[in-house]
Amino acid sequence: MELSALTIHQVQELLAKGETSSVEVTNAVFERMTAVEPQVAAYITENRDQALAQAANADAMRGRGEGGALCGIPLAIKDVICTKGLRTTAGSRILENFIPPYDATVMEKLQDQGAVCVGKVSMDEFAMGSGNENCAFGTPHNPWHLDHICGGSSGGSAAAVAADECMASLGSDTGGSIRQPASHCGMVGLKPTYGRVSRFGLLAFASSLDQIGPITKDVADAALMLNAIAGYDPRDSTSAQVATPDYTKALVAGLDGLTVGVPEEYFGAGLDPEVEGVIRHGIDQLKAAGAKVKEVSLPHTEYGVAAYYIIAPAEASSNLARYDGVRYGRRDMDANSLVDLYRRSRSQGFGDEVKRRILIGTYALSSGYYDAYYKKASQVRTLIVEDYKQAFSQCDVLVSPVTPTPAWRIGEKTSDPLSVYLSDLLTIPANLAGVPGMSVPCGFSGAGLPIGLQLQGSHFSEETLLRVAHNLELRLDIAGKKPAL
Amino acid sequence: MSISKEEVMKVANLARLELSPDEVESMTDQLATILGYVDKLDGIDCRDIAPTTHVLAIENAFRDDVVQPSLSQAEALANGPLHNGEAFVVPRVI
Repeated sequence: MELSALTIHQVQELLAKGETSSVEVTNAVFERMTAVEPQVAAYITENRDQALAQAANADAMRGRGEGGALCGIPLAIKDVICTKGLRTTAGSRILENFIPPYDATVMEKLQDQGAVCVGKVSMDEFAMGSGNENCAFGTPHNPWHLDHICGGSSGGSAAAVAADECMASLGSDTGGSIRQPASHCGMVGLKPTYGRVSRFGLLAFASSLDQIGPITKDVADAALMLNAIAGYDPRDSTSAQVATPDYTKALVAGLDGLTVGVPEEYFGAGLDPEVEGVIRHGIDQLKAAGAKVKEVSLPHTEYGVAAYYIIAPAEASSNLARYDGVRYGRRDMDANSLVDLYRRSRSQGFGDEVKRRILIGTYALSSGYYDAYYKKASQVRTLIVEDYKQAFSQCDVLVSPVTPTPAWRIGEKTSDPLSVYLSDLLTIPANLAGVPGMSVPCGFSGAGLPIGLQLQGSHFSEETLLRVAHNLELRLDIAGKKPAL
Repeated sequence: MSISKEEVMKVANLARLELSPDEVESMTDQLATILGYVDKLDGIDCRDIAPTTHVLAIENAFRDDVVQPSLSQAEALANGPLHNGEAFVVPRVI
């Protein structure tokens, strides 16, 4: 097999035995990028020179017995995570030339391990979207079906991992943006508990919902990535002071003693029968591995999208006020008053979806509407939190589809924003409640599009999710399947 | 709840966005559809429900008031589209 096609733990083994070097692996990844990037278009910025220097440094670290589990591993980073000295656009014209003067905490953690950053990958502008069709620098293509979306907003991350253009990637998830593209591209995606991973250096979209997490080729790699990035950070006042276990230890075979909850609301109208068939088959596999299966109910699930499309735009309208053309980003040089400068710089720099959400959020927070919208949505959020508490008193993990349908064709839904919003109805509740969620490859549609199974657990139960995911992976034996590019 | 073109223009002004007449037209339609969907929340009785703004029980995060390393003036200015080496330059306000 080509080096680029390997997982992190496979490369680790070869590196440990001295059978390859990080420079060789990194070069193999860049060769793969040269070959498939014209079709996939996962990257916004390639980082060839720096990456090869980092790889040489990683080989030297390894020689001295230094570095962590990710030492010398080529990774792609979603372009919403600040990388010192390396352009970070958030998929937006307004940040087209932004060079961060500092690294996000997750980048410092990866560098401490000796990881290699091969580039910055595509995303919906400011992480607002579900198909990665809102990126100012082009739409990446699903490696399994090039005329289909790869999902979003971390579409470039999922596409780059699926196309073997990196070993793994970091994405971010505000309403499903890690799990949904992972599902559509047949990869493993993990949104950790809110507060598990520092958000310092993540360009903010909706601060009470955003969380960074990995997209990987298999479950073991997800555990390795989470080991590297999890933990308290004094620079993120919402990061949790909760001890971080070694997540690789969670990967044990067998599910005896574990109860899997199947929420009836996640199998309602609008669920594609092919998706349902694949997920039911996955649930049978968990049963065969020893799990007990129980029907549960999360009665307020259907209100998640409505609450989210008030709360997330409200937070975004405040967070994105910082893009004013003064301290960084695009500026209209002809403006002759300060207000004009703000208005023109923002209007030229932001795309339609970002403008739409800023308008919704500003409206929902404006005088006279606050109680009807923001307060109401925050109360419904409480009901959704209570739903989860109730469910987790009866089961250890929730199993469901990630999305109601497989990936759609590029361009199919661009004129209908609401239909795109509704595609997130099964992933949004986890963000509203801050619980961890995971997408694990579970099968394919008749047309050959990947379908992921979603796992959700209580706060800080990532080990349980990884254990269940590992058992599903063992029984299905589809983790090594590759798209024909 | 429906939204009018005038309201969209008012909100755009609050958000410091400039919309073309076409954009006002299409945004009004789309916002009306989205807000119409959000109206389904009206069906839930929330009178005695406390709002959730944060999902983890984290109290105020304090630290000691000690000076930490921070960006130099040059680094802080480097991404500014217009500066004079000491400060960002903006159109005259007064």
